Amino acid sequence: MVIYMLCFVLFCIGLYGVLRKRNIIKIIIGIGIMEYAVNLFLIVLGYRVRGRAPIFSSDQQVLNMVDPLPQAVVLTTIVISLATTLLLAAIAIRIYEKYKTFDITKIKRLRG
Amino acid sequence: MRQDFVLLFIIAPLFLAVGTALLGRTVKQLGFMLSCACGLILCFCSFMVFGLLQKTPAHIFIYKVGGHLPPFGIALVFDGLSSFMLILVNFISLLVALYSFRYMDRYTDKWKFYCLFMFMLAGMNGLIISGDLFTLYVFLEVASVAGYALVAFGTEAEDLEAAFKYAVMGVVASIFILLGIALLYSYTSTLNMADMAFVLATKPQGALVAFVSVLFLAGFGLKSAMVPFHAWLPDAHPSAPAPISALLSGVFIKTLGVYALARVFFNVLGVSQKALFIMMFLGTVSMVVGAVLAISQRDIKRMLAYSSISQVGYIIFALGLGTPLGILGALFHLFNHAISKTMLFLNSGAIEYSTDTRNMEKLGGLNSRLPVTGSTSFIGGLSISGVPPLGGFWSKLIIILAAVQAGHFIFALIAVLVSIVTLGYYLKFQRFVFLGKLNLGLSKIRGIPLSMTIPVVILAAISIVSVLLLMPFAGHFLDSACNALIAGNLYKDSFWSAIIW
Amino acid sequence: MKNNEIGMSLIVKTITRLTIGLILIYGIYISMFSSAHPGGGFAGGVIIALSFIHIMLAFGKGIALKKLTGKIIVSLMSISALLIICLAVPNFIGKDLREGIPVSDIAISLMVGMGLFLAFMALALMTPHRGQS
Repeated sequence: MVIYMLCFVLFCIGLYGVLRKRNIIKIIIGIGIMEYAVNLFLIVLGYRVRGRAPIFSSDQQVLNMVDPLPQAVVLTTIVISLATTLLLAAIAIRIYEKYKTFDITKIKRLRG
Repeated sequence: MRQDFVLLFIIAPLFLAVGTALLGRTVKQLGFMLSCACGLILCFCSFMVFGLLQKTPAHIFIYKVGGHLPPFGIALVFDGLSSFMLILVNFISLLVALYSFRYMDRYTDKWKFYCLFMFMLAGMNGLIISGDLFTLYVFLEVASVAGYALVAFGTEAEDLEAAFKYAVMGVVASIFILLGIALLYSYTSTLNMADMAFVLATKPQGALVAFVSVLFLAGFGLKSAMVPFHAWLPDAHPSAPAPISALLSGVFIKTLGVYALARVFFNVLGVSQKALFIMMFLGTVSMVVGAVLAISQRDIKRMLAYSSISQVGYIIFALGLGTPLGILGALFHLFNHAISKTMLFLNSGAIEYSTDTRNMEKLGGLNSRLPVTGSTSFIGGLSISGVPPLGGFWSKLIIILAAVQAGHFIFALIAVLVSIVTLGYYLKFQRFVFLGKLNLGLSKIRGIPLSMTIPVVILAAISIVSVLLLMPFAGHFLDSACNALIAGNLYKDSFWSAIIW
Repeated sequence: MKNNEIGMSLIVKTITRLTIGLILIYGIYISMFSSAHPGGGFAGGVIIALSFIHIMLAFGKGIALKKLTGKIIVSLMSISALLIICLAVPNFIGKDLREGIPVSDIAISLMVGMGLFLAFMALALMTPHRGQS
């Protein structure tokens, strides 16, 4: 149970970074931390004490394998989060070229 | 019977998008041709799905990807609601692709636009037909990432700022949704929606389901721009190129937000009174706030974006009523609003194309030069604000009647008042842009090419005759969509019986 | 020594020249024999991308980009994506096409490798007139 709570604490740290930090790069890092927290939670969900890799062969039994589905899910989410992080980083670099700053309180040409 | 053509909903846009990326740089206009072809194929396929559904019992069929049985394999589910959304999304995408032929002349690297456009289409179609929660999440992310990139397409300072805001909020929403899916998986050990509904019905509804409901409400609420989470929409939608604004406001927020919210809450988690009341309350707040903020806008597109928040509020409010009449009103208003808002955003793009400005105060008297744009904008504005012969009137009437029928008189009164405010700002829009004397400050007014007027005229014609959808002879279109939501938890039963069939 | 002025020091360059082929071959090995051994297209692709990034870090941007321009990378990525989709369709409609798995692994590794390298390159040389990744 403690380990699930730790995942949740990590999630909250990421959320704090997104909501509270003023630097664009720190916001992107906060998003990364949130994604890792959810991935970690999924992997921990599928873990089984003394479980083995879920590769099926004649001497293996289903009972002592870890759950393979969260692992497939996590691989997909890692690729997705790679894409979003790259897009965010690209936008951040372009913003720095236009505004010459990473501070979001100074990036406010849009209002209303 | 071969049902394999349904895979085209995902494969065709992906394949053509990659083809555009491969050859679009060398072959001019390839992107346009491929995206139009894609729109045509998918429109045809969605009508075929509709026809197929009429022949099946219980109006649902399941496509088993790879022939694996559903709780283990991936299932694509087609029921009334899916086919309704598919027809709407693909039809509007076809018109938008046609429109962007001349409009995109102002941008360089058009093939990137069409490539991202088709990825977005693939994401929306996949989200609509997916039968398990994780596939839904993957396609939601495909559509969202394409959306972030398209908002930043102009790469001006404002575009980038809006795209960054949108991307950060959208990614946080996606992570909320993923966390909700992970928690539900830990509780039910399955990802298939029908199977999950089945397990949830047998287990006690603890605090975990309530927590997951909150996560989904926040996540899909951010995607559909309900009011506490609406800050990105008025920046993001005006910054995108006009065809994309039309697609984002017309179908994107409804697919990613409203459709996914309705599907998850009504068919998987099962409706509870508390969740319905929260949806009703947030919907009402969105209606009021969106309409009030829209009044004072000078930028045409920004006003339309605030109007989108307000109208999505109507849809969420009507869904939150939970009665059959309310759901009918919600889906019919979703249809009408998609048609009218696409039309208005395309018209705002036409105004920008012809005069190079979007500021209402610098415009005036355009009715003499752009008669088609003026009259269609008039129809669109009247339809959204609910003036009798047009579609929007009937859907708002149904929503208000449903609210009265359910005993929520105050909410019904608010809905009527907001409707009057809506009429106010659309008339202001007409007054400033199209009526009055021609503003001499405008240097030159370009004519609008035919490819930019035809889609708008088609949409205007649909919004005039859309009341016919309520008539008995066209009843299946909306009724089967409503039945999918009204059935609620019976979704799982019809799913399993469809598997056996 | 004109060549030494761009990029890192002579030691790094010499070591890179010796190891780069091994890294590339290891990446190709991982992605080609993944159907029977641990590994896979994704891991192989990452190693392939790392070998190119290695060249770029050691010798500067110019050397890596002389042969492998952005246009070629995008075309390679598109071709491999088309290949993946074409191989996926028979499996989707229920035909068990096991022979396609090694080919699709190679396509995935090409896609991932080129994609990561393109992303790295785009972030490294982002100028106002270049497109994003």
